[in-house]
Amino acid sequence: MKPSRLNECGNWVLERFPVTKFWNDHMAHYYAPKNFNFWYFFGSLALLVLVNQILTGILLTMNYKPDAKLAFDSVEYIMRDVPWGWLVRYMHSTGASAFFIVIYLHMFRGIMYGSFKHPRELIWIFGMLLFVALMAEAFMGYLLPWGQMSYWGAQVIISLFSAIPVIGDDLSLWIRGDYVIADATLNRFFAFHVIAVPLVLVMLVFMHIVALHEVGSNNPDGIEIKESKDPWGHPVDGIPFHPYYTVKDIVGVAVFLLFFATVIFYMPEMGGYFLEHANFIPADPMKTPEHIAPVWYFTPFYSILRAIPDKFAGVIAMGGSIVVLFLLPWLDRCKVKSIRYRGGIFKKALFLFVLSFVVLGYLGTQPVTPVATVVARLFTTVYFGFFLLMPLYTRWEKTKPLPKKLTPAHSLEEQLHSLEEQLPAFIEEITTKPHHSEIGDSAFKSSFFSRRPNPEGMAHVITRLAQKVKGSLD
Amino acid sequence: MKNLLLTFLLLLTMSFGVVASEEIELQEADIDLSDSASLQRGAQHFVTYCLGCHSAKHIRYLRIAVDLGVDQKKVLQEIAPEGASIYDQLHSAMNKHDAEKWFGTQPPDLSLIARSRGADWLYSYLKGYYLDPKSPTGVNNTIFADTAMPNPLWQLQGEQVTEIRKTIYGEQTELVLQEPGTLSEEEFDVFVNDLVGFLVYVGEPVQLERERIGKYVLLFLGLFLVIAYLLKKEYWQDVH
Repeated sequence: MKPSRLNECGNWVLERFPVTKFWNDHMAHYYAPKNFNFWYFFGSLALLVLVNQILTGILLTMNYKPDAKLAFDSVEYIMRDVPWGWLVRYMHSTGASAFFIVIYLHMFRGIMYGSFKHPRELIWIFGMLLFVALMAEAFMGYLLPWGQMSYWGAQVIISLFSAIPVIGDDLSLWIRGDYVIADATLNRFFAFHVIAVPLVLVMLVFMHIVALHEVGSNNPDGIEIKESKDPWGHPVDGIPFHPYYTVKDIVGVAVFLLFFATVIFYMPEMGGYFLEHANFIPADPMKTPEHIAPVWYFTPFYSILRAIPDKFAGVIAMGGSIVVLFLLPWLDRCKVKSIRYRGGIFKKALFLFVLSFVVLGYLGTQPVTPVATVVARLFTTVYFGFFLLMPLYTRWEKTKPLPKKLTPAHSLEEQLHSLEEQLPAFIEEITTKPHHSEIGDSAFKSSFFSRRPNPEGMAHVITRLAQKVKGSLD
Repeated sequence: MKNLLLTFLLLLTMSFGVVASEEIELQEADIDLSDSASLQRGAQHFVTYCLGCHSAKHIRYLRIAVDLGVDQKKVLQEIAPEGASIYDQLHSAMNKHDAEKWFGTQPPDLSLIARSRGADWLYSYLKGYYLDPKSPTGVNNTIFADTAMPNPLWQLQGEQVTEIRKTIYGEQTELVLQEPGTLSEEEFDVFVNDLVGFLVYVGEPVQLERERIGKYVLLFLGLFLVIAYLLKKEYWQDVH
């Protein structure tokens, strides 16, 4: 066949630019473990949300005015007068929260399956840098609508820098560019939010992925698939990322978008958690809101800050709560990666850590009360205990033997099928057949609806479940 | 260990309880944004009773006409104040400096008041006025103590006073109508509800449209999910 003009043009480019090599290295010939489960969707979803934030962000900047006098009104202008502006704005504001949900789950996956351990320490470090950059991005972006919460949230956080001895006051003045949060602050935050930090984010994402593709992905079993290869040099338990994980991740994207769209179209404020009520009042430097709370994704760290009685010590603790995460690869002394084969002490510690994160997050949204402070202190201790005691408790861990090959993942259909099989026996157990004399009405003759709840059977099921949960923690 | 856990749980529930008990009890507004007649009445009430002092600068009469499905001429005749153009925003005629002199504060713009305060708060607030000789305006409010706003609806509602009643829960302050207004209690409730409904609409004019479009978006995503899942299954059938 005679090559067409179009093909020739394509070849001309391919001979000069390594598109094919790039595609093969990172997609078609990148071998990923074949047993990725639910937890492995969040990496690609984070990328999706990043793209969403960049695209909607570009559209927003076309109508937003970074000016203390105009900012608030320009956001309302976008919400009302710009065609589809409301959708773009809600996609951006919901996207910010979605980003943190996805990233927190992604990080939890890493901790759970030991993805931060040798040889992937650098991936974890890049990931943590990404997390810090993301927090900076979110914090500065939150000032831009110039509402009361934007203003006072920024005021509180930047005043933290003034707690640093000697240079503190000058430092916070330098960051703000004024004695209070003002137009100068808004302008520089705008510059950081729309160009400086996004550039850093994109660069770090690139490095995060390059580092990942160099050493290969971890998996729920935490064993290295590169150790057993077939005659062609491909991992036996690996499959090419494209097409297998591209088509699988599209399913994840569809499920994610269903949730995302539900929030955008039906609950964009998310009960005041995604868009805070007080932020619909224009910033007023003369009026402090009675209760200043950061957006939900910062509240665990905010709780730690408030839990410490001394302001400077609180700032150190808050910084420390993020710094310890960087050290995770060296704090964890256990050789086994995945939670599936690790000892019970780690499972319990991880459970307590998640609990402390959630409780601190909740407390951070609430006003300070004496009881809440005590609880916050307890869980701050648990939070730091998880990390700082790690070198000790991970050393004594009684680990389970590792498998030679990957354990196959059960598909959704298999799981539904086994559930379907167990259901009749389960219903049999929690209900009893009533005496025939009790039933007069013919409507009750059907075998299912005539059954009565059986408290004994239910108690039995609950005990068994509790035992199973307890057993899985050993 | 068990005791420690119990103490933990107890403290945790207490920290929930303390927060919950601080909130003031609000009356529930019954907002139906698909009820165009109610929103039109609310718009009329707003222009008559609120616009004298408060603006709603983020909405135009034209937008109201389009969203509520009312003819533009009708909006100008029945809703907008005389001399307003259909392209005008709902600006107040009051001078801001005068307002500050008279009330000690500038009346806030009400475009987003329903989003910052919530419908129930507004409903309870507008119904929460009572006579208070100690206050400079002669009235006070159960929801917003020492509010700077005099009761704009006093002729309609009448005059309320507080009365302390002893109940099994302790002493409770209740509002009692001392002198009836031009509207009956039920009529006044509907009046306030219409007005609050209009403010909810003004807070986010696109909200009905958003929910209407949302159905199709979710339907599309549902179909997309099915197709994506079948595609995944097809590709993965040879992975064991």
